[in-house]
Amino acid sequence: MFNHIVKRIVISIPVLIGITVILFIMLNVIPGDPVALMMKEHVSPDVIARVNAQMHLDDPAVVRYFRFIIAAVQGDFGVSYKLNRPVTSLILQAFPNTLILAFAAAVFSWCIGIPAGILSAVRQYSFIDNLFMGFSLLGVSMPVFWSALLMQYVLALKLHWLPVSGFYGFKYVIMPAIVLGWSSAGIIARMTRSSLLEVMRNDYIRTARAKGLREIPVIIGHALKNSLLPVVTIMAIQVASLLSGAVITESIFGVPGVGRIAVNAIQSRDMPLLQGSILFACVLVIIGNLVADILYSFLDPRIRHEMQEK
Amino acid sequence: MSGPQSSILQVNDLETRFFTRKGIVRAVDGISFAVGKGRIVGIVGESGCGKSVTSLSIMGLVPSPAGKVTGGSIIFDSQDLITLGSREMCAIRGKDISMIFQEPMTSLNPVYTVGRQVGEALRIHAGADKNEIRERVIEAFDQVGIPEPAARVNAYPHQLSGGLRQRVMIAMALICEPRLLIADEPTTALDVTIQAQILELMMKLRDRLDTAIIMITHDLGVIAEICDDVNVMYAGKIIETSDVFTLFRQPAHPYTQGLLRAIPSITTPGKRTRLASIDGMVPNLLHLPAGCRFQPRCEAAMEICCRREPPLVALGDGHRVRCWLHQKKGESK
Amino acid sequence: MTQDVSIECEPGGFTAPRDLENESFLKEVALAFVKNKVAIAGLCIVLFLVLIAVFAPFLTPHDPYAINLDEQLRPPSFHNWFGTDKFGRDLLTRIIYGTRISLVIGLVPSFISMIFGSVLGIVSGYYGGKTDFIIMRLADVMIAFPSLLLAMVVMYTLGASLFNIFIALSLVGWAGIARVVRSQTLALKEKEFVDAARAIGVKTRVIMLRHIFPNCLPVLIVMFSLGIPEAIMYEASLSFLGVGAQPPTPSWGLLVARGKEYLFSAPWVAILPGVAILITVLAFNFMGDGLRDALDPYMKD
Repeated sequence: MFNHIVKRIVISIPVLIGITVILFIMLNVIPGDPVALMMKEHVSPDVIARVNAQMHLDDPAVVRYFRFIIAAVQGDFGVSYKLNRPVTSLILQAFPNTLILAFAAAVFSWCIGIPAGILSAVRQYSFIDNLFMGFSLLGVSMPVFWSALLMQYVLALKLHWLPVSGFYGFKYVIMPAIVLGWSSAGIIARMTRSSLLEVMRNDYIRTARAKGLREIPVIIGHALKNSLLPVVTIMAIQVASLLSGAVITESIFGVPGVGRIAVNAIQSRDMPLLQGSILFACVLVIIGNLVADILYSFLDPRIRHEMQEK
Repeated sequence: MSGPQSSILQVNDLETRFFTRKGIVRAVDGISFAVGKGRIVGIVGESGCGKSVTSLSIMGLVPSPAGKVTGGSIIFDSQDLITLGSREMCAIRGKDISMIFQEPMTSLNPVYTVGRQVGEALRIHAGADKNEIRERVIEAFDQVGIPEPAARVNAYPHQLSGGLRQRVMIAMALICEPRLLIADEPTTALDVTIQAQILELMMKLRDRLDTAIIMITHDLGVIAEICDDVNVMYAGKIIETSDVFTLFRQPAHPYTQGLLRAIPSITTPGKRTRLASIDGMVPNLLHLPAGCRFQPRCEAAMEICCRREPPLVALGDGHRVRCWLHQKKGESK
Repeated sequence: MTQDVSIECEPGGFTAPRDLENESFLKEVALAFVKNKVAIAGLCIVLFLVLIAVFAPFLTPHDPYAINLDEQLRPPSFHNWFGTDKFGRDLLTRIIYGTRISLVIGLVPSFISMIFGSVLGIVSGYYGGKTDFIIMRLADVMIAFPSLLLAMVVMYTLGASLFNIFIALSLVGWAGIARVVRSQTLALKEKEFVDAARAIGVKTRVIMLRHIFPNCLPVLIVMFSLGIPEAIMYEASLSFLGVGAQPPTPSWGLLVARGKEYLFSAPWVAILPGVAILITVLAFNFMGDGLRDALDPYMKD
C-alpha cells in the first residue's frame, strides 16, 4: 500500500521537472532581454550590459536553469520586478485566499452536481433530466468571466444582496464560489448521471432487486458506491480547472489570491512573479491528481487487494 | 404430474411484450404451466424463445418501460402476482420466490463482501440482528458446500471462482427458505464438472427444504439430470409439456424430436452418424410466420400448419402438445 | 431479459478499415446524427454563424472601427440595435465582425493540434521504444499544465496578439489528442490486417496513413468538434484578461473586458458579447455531443 503511494509520487517528479523546464524556457530563454524590456526609457547598451552582468542574466541558459532550480528547492523564487518583494512571500500570502475560494467552489459543485446527476439518472428522459442536463451544458458553455459579470450586475449592483468584490468575509465568497464551481457542477452532474445509468445496467443490480430490495435502497445501497468511483477521478481534473477558472474569477471579484497575482504579473511583465505563481499552480495540480489517484485506489476493493497482494 | 391442488405456482395465459422502435415483440405469447410443490420443472428452448422473459415476468423484473406483462395471471399463494404493487412484490422476492441467474461472475456487487450481500436478504425479510445474520450466513455457506465458510464470509466476489460465486448466489437465494426457486441457466457459464456439482447441490437442497424449482435451460442434459416435469418453449409459446421420462421416450412435437435427435450419442450402435440438426433458424419475433410457428422448419408440416396455429391438446397423463399432427388423438385442453 | 428477444442488433466496433471506406459508414453516421434534434439545432446555429461571418460587411451599415464620440454608450435603440460602446461604435456590428474571429479561432488551432497530435500519436504508438517514451513524457508534462495557464504563459512569451493565440491554443491541444491516438494505434497495431499489410511489404508510412489513421478518425472527429468550443472559450478568456487580441480588434472576449468598466451604467456592452459567446459555444457543444453519440458504435474505447 505504502509502496503504491511512493511509486505514484516518484512518477510525478519527472513531470514536475518537465514543467519547470518548459516554464523556464518560455519565460527566460525565449523572450529575450528582460532588462531592456524592464527599462522604461531607452537606455544605453552599456547600462543594459552592466545590469545583465549584475543579475547574472548573461550566463548560459542551462546554468541559469540550475540556479533557478536550486533556489526554488530552497523556497526562493526570486524577487518581484514590480513589487520588489520576494515572490515566495507574496504567493504564500495569497495562497490561503485561493484555497478558500477553490474549496468553496468544489464543495458547491459536489453538493449541486451529484444530487442533480442522481436525479437525472433515476428519472431518465424526464423533464427533470432534460432540465438538469440543459443547465449543466449551459454551465460548461458559459464563459466564466461573463457569468461573473452577470452575477455581479444582478446580485450586487441591482439587487444589493451581495457585495460586488473584495474578500473580507463569508458573504464575499458566495458569488465567486458559485461562478467558479458552476461549470464543475455541470461536469459532475453529467458524469454522475452517465455513471449511474451504466451501473444500473449491471447484473448485480438485478440480483439486488431479485432479493426484494425496494428501488431506493437498490440505488443508494448498491448502485451509488459503484457509480461514484469514476466521479472521484473528476476531482483530479477539477483541481486544474478550478485553478484556471480562479485566475479569472479572482480578477473580477478582487479576491487577493494566486490567480490574481498571476494575471497582474502578466500584465506588468513581472517574470519572477509569473514564474512563481504558475509553478505553484502546477504543483497544486500534481498534488491534486496524486490525492485523487490514491483515493480511488482506496475506494475500489479490487485495486486495494491487488496492491495488498503485491 | 401434480394436480392443481398441490401446485404452488400456476401460470395462466401469460403474455409479456416488448415495445420497441421496430415494433411490438411478443416475447411470451400466452403460456400456461404449473409448478407442483417440491417439484423441479424445466423450461427448455433455444435462445430467444422467451424462457428467460418468463422467469422475469414471474418475478416482476421485466425491464420496463420497454417490457410489460400484458396479459394472463400468475397465481402464487392464491394471489395473482401480476396485480401486486411493487411493495408487495418486493416482500415476496427473495423470501417466497427467489431467483438465480446465469452469470455468476457479474451477478455480485464487487464493492461489498459476499457475506454482506447474502445477509442482506435476511436483513430485509427477517429483520434479524447482525450476529444472528452472520451465523445464518455461515450456515448457509456450509450447506451450499463452500469450504471454510466462516472465512469466506468476508471475501469479496473477485476473490472467488465462478463455481464458488454461483454457490454464493444459491445461498443468497435460499437463505430465507423460499418455496419456489427460479434458476435461469445457472450452470451455463460454468465448467462441466462444476456444473454437475451445482446441479447435485440444487437437488439436495430441494430434498431438504422442499423448495420447488423452475429450471430454465437450453441444455437437454440438464433437463434429463434433475427435472421432474418439462415445458418446451418455442418462439414465445409452450409447444410441449410432460414429465421428463415421457418427454425423452415419447416426444410428441417435431421440434422436441429434433432437439433429442441433435444430442450426440456415443452409444449409437452401428456406424457413426452425422450430427443431426434442425434446419433453419428461430423466427424473428417481429415477423412471425402465419400458422404454426415451427412450420417453416418442420419436416412433417401439413397444409393446415401454414394457415392456423395449433391449439394445445392433451395426450393423457399430463402430456400436452401443440401440434396439428396430434389434433385427432386428443381433445383441446 | 432482452437477450431473449430476437431484435436485430448493430454490430459493434471495427474489424477492418474496409468499413470506413464504405459509403455506408458516412450514411449511418449522418442518419444517426440527423435523428438527434439537439445536434441539428446546433448545426443550424453554426451554419447561421458562418453566414454572418462571411457576409458581415453586408449585414450592417455601420463600420466596426469608426469612432463617434457623440454616440458614446447609447442604450439599444432603433438606430443601434445593441447600443454603442465607449467609443460610440455600434455594438451589434462589432459583435458580428467578432464572429469571424471566433470561428477562425475555433477551427484553426483545433485543426492544427489535431494534425500535430495525431501524427505524433501514431508515430509514438507505432514505433514504440525511445520515440514513444520521449513523446509521451512530453505529452504528460503538457497535460499536467492547466490549459489556461499554459496559454497565458505562451502569450506572455510571444506577446499578446490574435495571431499568437493560434500558436498558444495549438500547443494546448495537441497532447490530449496524441495520447488518444497513440492508444488507438497500440490497439490496432496488434490486429491481423496490419500484419497482413506488412507481410505484403507495404511501406510503414503507408500502413500508418491508410490503415491506422482511418480507424482513429471517429475519435478524432469527436475530439476536434469538442475542441472548437474550447478554443473559442480560451481565446475569449485570454482576450478578456488582456493577453489575447488587442483593441480595436472586435474579439468578443475583448468586448466584454472593455464593457466591464461600465457594467452598472451600460451593462449591454459587457453582457451582449457574452451572449454571443454562449450561443456559439453551446451550438458547437450540441454538434459535438451529437457527433459523439452518432459515432459511438465506431469507437472502441
